[in-house]
Amino acid sequence: MIGVSPAELAAHSFARGLDDRQVAQLAARAAGIHMPAGERFFDEGGPAARLWLIRTGRVALDLRVPGRGRLIVETLGPGDELGLSWLSPAAQWQFGAVAQEPVSAFELASAAVVELCEADHELGYQLTRRLLGTAISRLQAARIRILDVYAAPGQWAGGKR
Amino acid sequence: MPTEPITSAGAWQMPAAGLDSLCAALRSAGYRVIGPQLSGDAITLGELESARELPFGWGVSLAPGGYRVRRRDDSAAFGHSAGPQSWKQFLHPPRERLWSARREGGEFEPEAAPQAAERLAFLGVRPCDLRAIQIQDRVLGGPAHPQSGYANRRAGTFIVAVNCTEPGETCFCASMGTGPEAGPGYDLLLTELAGQSEHSFIVETGSAAGATMLTSLPLEPADPGTLTQARDAVTAAAGQMGRSMQADGLPGLLAASHDAARWDEVASRCLTCGNCTMACPTCFCTTVEDVTDLAGDHAERWQSWASCFDLDFSYLHGGPVRSSGVSRYRQWLTHKLGTWHDQFGSSGCVGCGRCIVWCPVGIDLTQEVAALRAESEAADPPPDGPR
Amino acid sequence: MTISAVPSGYRVSASRPETHDTVTLFLEPTGDPIARYAPGQFTMLYAFGVGEIPISISGPAGEHGLTQTIRAVGAVSSALCAATPGQLIGVRGPFGTSWGEADAAGQDLLLVAGGIGLAPLRPALLAALDQRHRYRRIIVLVGARSPAELVFATELQEWRQRDACVEVTVDKADGTWPGNVGVVTQLLGRADLDPRQTIALICGPEVMMRLTARALLAAGLDRASIRVSLERNMQCGVAECGHCQLGPLLLCRDGPVVSYQVAEPLLAIREL
Repeated sequence: MIGVSPAELAAHSFARGLDDRQVAQLAARAAGIHMPAGERFFDEGGPAARLWLIRTGRVALDLRVPGRGRLIVETLGPGDELGLSWLSPAAQWQFGAVAQEPVSAFELASAAVVELCEADHELGYQLTRRLLGTAISRLQAARIRILDVYAAPGQWAGGKR
Repeated sequence: MPTEPITSAGAWQMPAAGLDSLCAALRSAGYRVIGPQLSGDAITLGELESARELPFGWGVSLAPGGYRVRRRDDSAAFGHSAGPQSWKQFLHPPRERLWSARREGGEFEPEAAPQAAERLAFLGVRPCDLRAIQIQDRVLGGPAHPQSGYANRRAGTFIVAVNCTEPGETCFCASMGTGPEAGPGYDLLLTELAGQSEHSFIVETGSAAGATMLTSLPLEPADPGTLTQARDAVTAAAGQMGRSMQADGLPGLLAASHDAARWDEVASRCLTCGNCTMACPTCFCTTVEDVTDLAGDHAERWQSWASCFDLDFSYLHGGPVRSSGVSRYRQWLTHKLGTWHDQFGSSGCVGCGRCIVWCPVGIDLTQEVAALRAESEAADPPPDGPR
Repeated sequence: MTISAVPSGYRVSASRPETHDTVTLFLEPTGDPIARYAPGQFTMLYAFGVGEIPISISGPAGEHGLTQTIRAVGAVSSALCAATPGQLIGVRGPFGTSWGEADAAGQDLLLVAGGIGLAPLRPALLAALDQRHRYRRIIVLVGARSPAELVFATELQEWRQRDACVEVTVDKADGTWPGNVGVVTQLLGRADLDPRQTIALICGPEVMMRLTARALLAAGLDRASIRVSLERNMQCGVAECGHCQLGPLLLCRDGPVVSYQVAEPLLAIREL
């Protein structure tokens, strides 16, 4: 675990638009981490208590399905946030996350982030906007994937007309 | 026979019997003469062996979704309009073989269908239909389509146009700028005077081929009084149109009306039967069909008339793009009056009124345009007040 | 050479399966080849006795023969996909507008492909790689339904070796896919685009093209810098049959490649 300077955090797209004071507050609670390929960030079902801002490398969100093995539902990369489930009341990971390549990221404890937001509502609003934006764009992407736009007519749900 | 030299300028006059001479002259020059005839309960277009087959004394009563032939008070040969057919069936046939090929041992070589050598003479082309032919020339002829059947047929066609002196109840050529006087493009132009003691025609030429035909006709220089009468009748016809289209700014209006409520209203009446596209003299869309015999060794490609009202017309990846009747009616009207300008540089409508007459539910596109305009102005009134 | 209404005979010299339902045919003319074609153009391919369909040319411009990639979704495409070396098929064309990738000279050329949309983009990519020094970056983003449905999969590495940045993602992974999983627009953020210095060419299902164009606009690109390849029912290829209309456009003549500035309002109208 390594400390994170405000300048380093400011370079991440998540911090775009935050003022220097807000960046400094976040940086003070962040740690720089490295995960080798194959190392797991968390397992499905575990307590959701951390947020990562990915700098380099690729992370796979996965799910174990009996008879089908381990399925990858989505991959995240540089600029993406990993770990949103702490925002919902259940605070439980819905999927697992594993480094597909060596990953470097800024890690924050969700409790620390929540404490910051309670104390500074302006920062809380900014962070909530960003996380909500991420959730919305992933929801939209997921909906598009459900539509199966690359499918041939014979592969459409309900069969060929 | 005229005693003065024939020039291509100037007006001549001939008795109605001169039509016999015209027909005979065209036939002996090798043309098949096509003209109007009374057939069943309509005035249709067919081959004439002589001018006697013309529908002398027959007129029509027209209404949205209504067509009746009726006896006229005079013996006019061309006193009718908006028959169920237009000249396009001869230049752009409903069904045409494009090519055929025989397969032997895996090899085949398509051969274009032989082009017919026949030459057609159209007798009785109204100004609206003359413009329609020119509109189809822009789409189907021209340098982009040098070897097409259309170009070949068109090159050999002789046109005898007839000015309009009695528009039908559903006509609106004046507001579309296509009549009642014929624009250029004819070989000969007739103006019929049938209400007199003597049934006669004013004859003018529009081409060298037309001038050549004059020598075969019983012509005298046009009497100034008769000529004035003819001109006045045509001018008066412009004020007797049964309908009028507010044509200015139509492309812009239609481009801005894709979400108009009016489309839902007209679509609730439209049967998407496609009659309008069959009767319309400018509708040109076709569909291509590849067929084989049972053994699978002889293949042909056929082209036949298609309509944008067909559900299959816009088929893509498993289904039609234009599935609803709303979208198909909107496509037809927007294309005819709007995007035709973008694609071919003019309106696609000549104001002949056939689509109004032959629509089984009597949809009138002049009314639809007026309604779209009203809806557009209600939403966004023009700065100078309603037009 | 004028476009004849009659197909020219081309013989299949080789057939390469790309996926379970997609085949690339390598064709050689039996007589005179068709006229010179440019990336983005298409031909009408004829399977004897079955029919004719529009297929984008997927090989480099300037070949003596023709390369075309076909997905079997109907009777004609299935017959073409089943064509074997030595078999004769009919070709008419070339038709349509071209990508104009050379307009990106001095700038970044971005190609975004969805599914079989990579096939019509491939000629533009190969032309650009042949003149690599003319462009700043060449970026290729590829989205596919699944790893098994990726076309030209064996060429991606070669493109990287020719100094194109190639990123691939799949909508659905199988058990062994080691790469990105997600929609292709999710790759855009990582491309670090300079919106004033990028020409983007997009090809794929219409929904995918609309979403990608929207994401590029959000990233600051001008509509005029984005080009899409549109599709409608095509039968004649010579602007005579009327089927390929999209509003004012006749796509066999005014497309398939269309600037997004022109395409955007048209794609927004339902059932146009």
